[in-house]
Amino acid sequence: MPSTRRQFLGFTVTAGTIPIVTIHPLEATPAMLSTAIRNVVGEAQLRSGKVRLDIPPLVENGNTVPMTVSVASPMTATDYVKSIHVFNEKNPQPNIGNFHLGPWAGRAQVATRIRLADSQKVVAIARLSDDSFWQVAADVVVTLAACTEEVN
Amino acid sequence: MSFLRAIAVTVMLAAAPVLLAGEIPPGERRSGYSFMGPDTRAMQDDDTSNPGMLFVLDGETLWTAKGGSAGKACADCHGDARETMKGVAARYPAFDKTLGRPVTLDQRINLCRANHQQATPLPYESRDLLALSAFVAHQSRGAAITAADDPQLKPFVEQGRALFMLRQGQLNLACANCHDDNYDKHLAGASVTQGQPTGYPLYRLEWQTLGSLERRLRSCMSGVRAQAYDYGAPELVALELYLMARARGMPMESPAVRP
Amino acid sequence: MASALINVPARAKRGDVVEIRTLTSHIMETGFRRTAAGDLVPRDIITSFTCRYNGTEIFRADLFPAIAANPYLSFFTVARESGKFEFEWIGDNGFVSTASASITVE
Repeated sequence: MPSTRRQFLGFTVTAGTIPIVTIHPLEATPAMLSTAIRNVVGEAQLRSGKVRLDIPPLVENGNTVPMTVSVASPMTATDYVKSIHVFNEKNPQPNIGNFHLGPWAGRAQVATRIRLADSQKVVAIARLSDDSFWQVAADVVVTLAACTEEVN
Repeated sequence: MSFLRAIAVTVMLAAAPVLLAGEIPPGERRSGYSFMGPDTRAMQDDDTSNPGMLFVLDGETLWTAKGGSAGKACADCHGDARETMKGVAARYPAFDKTLGRPVTLDQRINLCRANHQQATPLPYESRDLLALSAFVAHQSRGAAITAADDPQLKPFVEQGRALFMLRQGQLNLACANCHDDNYDKHLAGASVTQGQPTGYPLYRLEWQTLGSLERRLRSCMSGVRAQAYDYGAPELVALELYLMARARGMPMESPAVRP
Repeated sequence: MASALINVPARAKRGDVVEIRTLTSHIMETGFRRTAAGDLVPRDIITSFTCRYNGTEIFRADLFPAIAANPYLSFFTVARESGKFEFEWIGDNGFVSTASASITVE
């Protein structure tokens, strides 16, 4: 699995030119999510591509969902990822985490474990050294555990 | 010749517990691990990503911490847990001669605290008790379960088995109805497992913390809308003992990770 | 008792990209849950994580209630020189936890 990811990064980096596609800014997502994203991105154009979000499409428990974000970037002094921002659509709060890195990271990749209150969209956005913003979204289906304990 | 064969068969029957109809044959037993998705397995497999190891780390600290009015640490009697606690959790619940009944590892830790440290018992599911039991159980990781070897435990294993087969609660379900008869099927989004207790105390993603087998049994009981036994109740201990006897020979995974 | 598990390679070649993994004990109470009596359980989370490599910040994270209990973080850095990684977690109610790990770069 890690080797697949490396191959993916290697491929996209050497491929060099990635078609720039402007998509509608996260259509059909709640206003809170859009606002949270705008707080990070400002008025900059949000393009899709470069960012990869590894998250299971079907999770066994929404309380602890492993997630990895990686960005196709050479991570050189002049071309690197400044930060990665992760958002969700249906939790009580749209932010998940902001991760600040730099050219010294060598690889633009972060992993953590998140909570998803419901089946929903997760959005990862990367800010590059030229202040361009790139995004990817993934849908996650959260199933409920049987025999869940009562909340006390 | 046939007489000898008859003796051989009799001996074999005596050595292996007789399976009742519907019970899982030894060769078909599977840890809860085998029912999990790849992400949850990966979390358990790597000690630096397994959150249960945080408790093991805490338990290691507690092991050498002097406590109670005796001012003694676990290590003062038991020394290096890596040597002295190897395989210990794999044979719990174990028979306590003084009490004349089986005690769980948690209860053994608290008996040690009372008798040797002159310390107050740690509450069930408290962080310190879970940390100590996780640290002790971790020393048995990979060891085969040997619980219920002691012949004095026989009536308690039988009590546990009877409870496992007993229909309970508003849903009128026995443990066996799901975990012997219907494992590998699904209940809502979750896999129905065989209920093998190989990884306790374990980190459950649902709980977002470590928990004991008793906590798991209690949540199963509320699942079938039955009144759950109190922590430490003889019925829960008997059930735990039966489950460990049922998993005899399977390797310990503590601290496991489960959804 | 706050404990942390840190995974940093003990040795690396100069220029290698190394992975750093951290796992720390914290309940990460969201502030959105209620007790049986209906009272809101106050938020208690780690809000910030920082990693310094020989004194220079190389990674920082702002964490929100959507981060699972016992936060796990994995990130990367280029092994430049031998020295020390220092980790700091800061959170609600004055929570501060630190840890460190050494690396030998050849």
